[in-house]
Amino acid sequence: MRTETIDALLAYARVNPDVMLLTADLGYSVLERFAEALPQQYANVGVCEQAMVGIAAGLALSGRRVVVYSIANFSSLRCLEQLRNDVCYHDLPVTVIAVGGGLAYGAQGYTHHGVEDFGILSMLPNMAVACPADPYEAVALLPQLLERRRPSYLRLGRAGEPVLHQTAVDILLGRAYWTQRGSDIALLATGPILGRAMQAAASLTRRGISSSLASFHTISPLDEASVRDAGANHRAILTVEEHTVVGGFGTRVAESLLMAGMAPRFGKFGVTEALRGRIGSQSWLLDTLGTIEDHAKALL
Amino acid sequence: MLLLNAVDTLALARRLRTHALRMTHRANASHIGSCLSMADILAVLYGAVLRVNPSRPDWAARDRLVVSKGHAAAILYAALAETGFLPIDELDTYSTNGSRLAGHVTRTVPGVELSTGSLGHGLPVAAGMALEALRANAPWRAFCILSDGELDEGSNWEAIQMAQHFRLSNLVAIVDYNKIQSFGSVAEVSNLDPLAEKFRAFNWGVHELDGHDHAALKVALIGPPTLAGRPTAVIAHTIKGKGVSFMEGQLAWHYKAADAAQLDAALAELEAGS
Repeated sequence: MRTETIDALLAYARVNPDVMLLTADLGYSVLERFAEALPQQYANVGVCEQAMVGIAAGLALSGRRVVVYSIANFSSLRCLEQLRNDVCYHDLPVTVIAVGGGLAYGAQGYTHHGVEDFGILSMLPNMAVACPADPYEAVALLPQLLERRRPSYLRLGRAGEPVLHQTAVDILLGRAYWTQRGSDIALLATGPILGRAMQAAASLTRRGISSSLASFHTISPLDEASVRDAGANHRAILTVEEHTVVGGFGTRVAESLLMAGMAPRFGKFGVTEALRGRIGSQSWLLDTLGTIEDHAKALL
Repeated sequence: MLLLNAVDTLALARRLRTHALRMTHRANASHIGSCLSMADILAVLYGAVLRVNPSRPDWAARDRLVVSKGHAAAILYAALAETGFLPIDELDTYSTNGSRLAGHVTRTVPGVELSTGSLGHGLPVAAGMALEALRANAPWRAFCILSDGELDEGSNWEAIQMAQHFRLSNLVAIVDYNKIQSFGSVAEVSNLDPLAEKFRAFNWGVHELDGHDHAALKVALIGPPTLAGRPTAVIAHTIKGKGVSFMEGQLAWHYKAADAAQLDAALAELEAGS
């Protein structure tokens, strides 16, 4: 989905010359087309995520909209204070495109796992956090984030994620998209793991369990109306994320439910201590967490 | 635009020191030593170098000054007030409840380009501003004032490396080299010497000068880059607490504020030196 997203960025930047793309020397085979097409709107600043975000802030303070590109944890945690102070507190139009979110770089080891990023970034002021499930959502959300002209974080997977939406649908920033409606349990998923949630929903249906499924492609601002909808119309809710379950999407949903006075049976599927130190493919690592279907059934 | 040549920068520096002493005394705030060491740098910048317009703080073609040593906020606000960005009376509200004059440099104040206080943030941002000027073929320059201790932060060296590669000849880093950082002398904590050679090795042009010598500062800050097509470092050797004899070179004035008697004594010294 990173290639589709950068292609969409290129198309946007062609007609919006104030948009500039910075990379900290990552994006081989992904960014070249942008760099060749719009060299005046592109800079590889070298391997320096802290300086890159500061440079982005300086450009933004001078009238640019800036996109910075790197692997998820490098573009979030390595430069967290620059994002907080220079970008978010100054409310600047800087969009982070983070690739390899979650366990996409699974076998590369935990230095490359981006599983604490969006929980932390959701705490920053003025920051919109989006975690699209597929290239379709990513391409739909990118211009909405850029048009917002404020800090944002677009958390992508890596490459080859399948398109999950089989028909043209409206993907609106800040509004969850229900892919199916049922009555027993609501599965609320964020990111490409939506694909696994879809398979779990189908499996539950075969076992006579009626489920709803929503793609929460936007984590901040959280679609609280859809969370309340889920709480009001289902016996149970299971959140699904490729992120630590401590302080992540599920935590935000649980808080939102409590604040609304709702207390359905509730569970969180996501990265836990079970994965600590484990090396393996994204798929294998997710398998070690058990199945979404089993987590759902345990709530009913 | 300011009538730059009309400003007596020595007199301006004295007024900045006076304001900063009063402000930190009134607020019982830290960092007077850090303010006094850069008084002359600020006076020369606002009095003779920066093309800024206090009636239009966001004038697109203005020169940018990022004060990365955000703890020296009091004297920056004083410089902005003396330049006309805010009422001089407002300096009395420094670091008080509800004021827009925070204890560290904050962009709530007209003329402040960047909120700082966590060290190592200013130079990358100034580099971004300089990059934009180059890409837009705009004439303005980006200046950044750093402390010496701040150069321990790695993010500065990321920007120093990047700026020379991108040939940001419109970027000027001014190091207020007052030789004292938080826990003691720079030499003891994390020795920076040879600092000029470090910048030169990074392909920066370097001016090394007395940071209280206005004529030397003007030459360095107004003139063209010393290394064509490259950024410029101005290593300004300064004295922490400069201008008040009992504060000069004393670590304690990184932390404490003058009491009433000390304030009177300090102001008397400044007056006598005028």
